[in-house]
Amino acid sequence: MLTYISRRLMMLAIVVLGVTIMTFVLMNVAPGDPAEMVAMARYGLENLTVEQVENIRISEGLDAPVWIQYMHWLAHALKGDLGRSLVTGDPVMQEIMVRAPATLILALASLVVSLLIAIPAGIISAARQNTMLDYLARTGALLGASMPNFWLALLLILLFSVTLGWLPVFGYGEFRHIILPAVTLGTGLAAITTRLTRSSMLEVLEQNYIITARAKGLQEGNIIFHHAFKNAFIPVITIIGLQLGHLLEGTVIVESIFAWPGLGKLLVDSIYARDYAVIQACVLLFAVLFVVINLLVDILYVYIDPRIRYEKKG
Amino acid sequence: MALLSIRNLTTVFNCQEGMVKACNNVSLDINQGQTLGLIGETGCGKSVLGLSILKLLPVNAVSSGQIIYNNQDLLALSVKEMCQVRGSEIGFLPQSPATALNPVLRIGEQLTEGLQLHQGMVKEKARVIAMDMLKSLGLKDCDKRAADYPHQLSGGMKQRVVAAMSITGQPSLLIADEPTKGLDAVNRAQVIDLLRQLTIKTKASLLLITHDLKVAVALCDEIAVMYSGEIVEKGSADQVLNNPLHPYTQGLVASLPERGLFPIPGYSPSLLDDIPGCRFYSRCPIRNENCKHQPVINREVNGVHVRCLYVDQSGGTQQRIYGRGFQSEAV
Ligand SMILES: Nc1ncnc2c1ncn2[C@@H]1O[C@H](COP(=O)(O)OP(=O)(O)OP(=O)(O)O)[C@@H](O)[C@H]1O
Ligand SMILES: [Mg+2]
Repeated sequence: MLTYISRRLMMLAIVVLGVTIMTFVLMNVAPGDPAEMVAMARYGLENLTVEQVENIRISEGLDAPVWIQYMHWLAHALKGDLGRSLVTGDPVMQEIMVRAPATLILALASLVVSLLIAIPAGIISAARQNTMLDYLARTGALLGASMPNFWLALLLILLFSVTLGWLPVFGYGEFRHIILPAVTLGTGLAAITTRLTRSSMLEVLEQNYIITARAKGLQEGNIIFHHAFKNAFIPVITIIGLQLGHLLEGTVIVESIFAWPGLGKLLVDSIYARDYAVIQACVLLFAVLFVVINLLVDILYVYIDPRIRYEKKG
Repeated sequence: MALLSIRNLTTVFNCQEGMVKACNNVSLDINQGQTLGLIGETGCGKSVLGLSILKLLPVNAVSSGQIIYNNQDLLALSVKEMCQVRGSEIGFLPQSPATALNPVLRIGEQLTEGLQLHQGMVKEKARVIAMDMLKSLGLKDCDKRAADYPHQLSGGMKQRVVAAMSITGQPSLLIADEPTKGLDAVNRAQVIDLLRQLTIKTKASLLLITHDLKVAVALCDEIAVMYSGEIVEKGSADQVLNNPLHPYTQGLVASLPERGLFPIPGYSPSLLDDIPGCRFYSRCPIRNENCKHQPVINREVNGVHVRCLYVDQSGGTQQRIYGRGFQSEAV
């Protein structure tokens, strides 16, 4: 198990290296002069002077070749120094630490929403295959999967904030603020999880050990929730793990729409301002989170599926 | 009064290809304490018959007829009522122990959950009984095994666990589907011994589904021979195996290795096909034109029921096709 984890952590290093290099390159090929945009963000458009732009270019090292900029960044990052925001001048680490909890809370809430919808819907859908309930769940899943987040967000805002006036359009700090963003993100996730739970349950319910369990006289509820679901849940976990990656991606859009003060919004704002240091740090964090979550899911497997023991693999 | 009487049981699977008639108008009786062997080649519907009794078939299967157990028709029972019968009245020993155990639950839990449910036992007591059962089946280190998951057990161990599971509830009738399949000689003898003990000790009846005529000889009072969804011959084990009447039974006996391994030529008809005459027609050595179209009726000859137009009253087909009958041997 330990060798397995250390091997995975080595892969993490490679992934992070690749992702950060790619971000660097992409930022530099994007149109627009970064020094100018940073200056614009710092001093505003009206009183912008050429000297200011050139000063920034030199002081922030933006005149050096891309690979030197990257090496510079990497050397500092390895020492735990992610630099300062080009716009505000604050340490990036500090900014991220302020923003991260908001994203974490939103991601967790969305995950909870998605599981609360998907697991019961998937189980019922499988247990009542080809009934009205099943069709309802499947249609819902199809809708959820095909609806883009930004559109669903707008619809929800229209209905619950504008028309009914029940929930705020944006804000942070109270429970009612998180409902709309979490539901927006959660329903999209729920769609895929519902379908997978359903198909996984259907497959498990055909297995011989389910017949054995029935032959013991166990009640249907016990069979479905205990004997079948414990098996059906194993592939579902993989998908949930992968989805957490998409969840991070989703927060970027949803946080911007709902003005949720998390990393996603920070990333979008800093892309507009070409705040390299912040962009790079956000991407780094997302990449690390993505890999670590998947590693955690793999470790979780061991506790759920007794047949998997990583140390036995070569 | 028989413990279990099956009357005109027909089980049909609705599939894309059509209706698969896996059990066709089957009637059988099993008396208290008696062992009935159900033999026949692969795919003839033996497992389907066993599963029909407990109503364990998938939703696309429809059973009609009657299955009377203790004066109640199992086919008429609700799902809830069926749950009371399964495991405590009628036990089921499934065909393949390798896939019959839930891979993510510990052996101990799988063994005791039935007891806890039916007898309302507390966990500890159920555990003691289950461990005793495992020990009596010759499984070593029972306590350690109980904490294991199925993949940690060998095939023989799984077989014993599954066997223990099917009888912990002390059912009056046990349906054992190929309990000796895939076992080596020693294990097979042990399982046979176990089943024999069980029927003697608990006076339970046994429906023994098997390919293995030796096992059938060792254990059965009565034998029913199934061919392509139908029971073609049934009677006392001695008569059916030593003096087989139906040409299919004769062929089955003659196909045994020690009888010279004469295979029955041809294949059994598809269960999708409705055949007006005899279903064995295409492979029968004594067939004649009548057999193709004329509906076959069950006839009784010397207490043996046989489904063939050309079995004469003296107790044999006109000619002996495959030589001597089957001599029972020690297994
Ligand atoms: N779920 C199902 N849907 C459609 N047909 C089925 C289904 N289950 C079984 N059958 C059909 O029923 C027939 C009888 O199957 P069954 O498992 O009872 O055979 P068997 O006599 O037990 O054979 P074996 O000795 O190999 O176990 C098979 O030919 C199969 O095609
Ligand atoms: Mg079978």
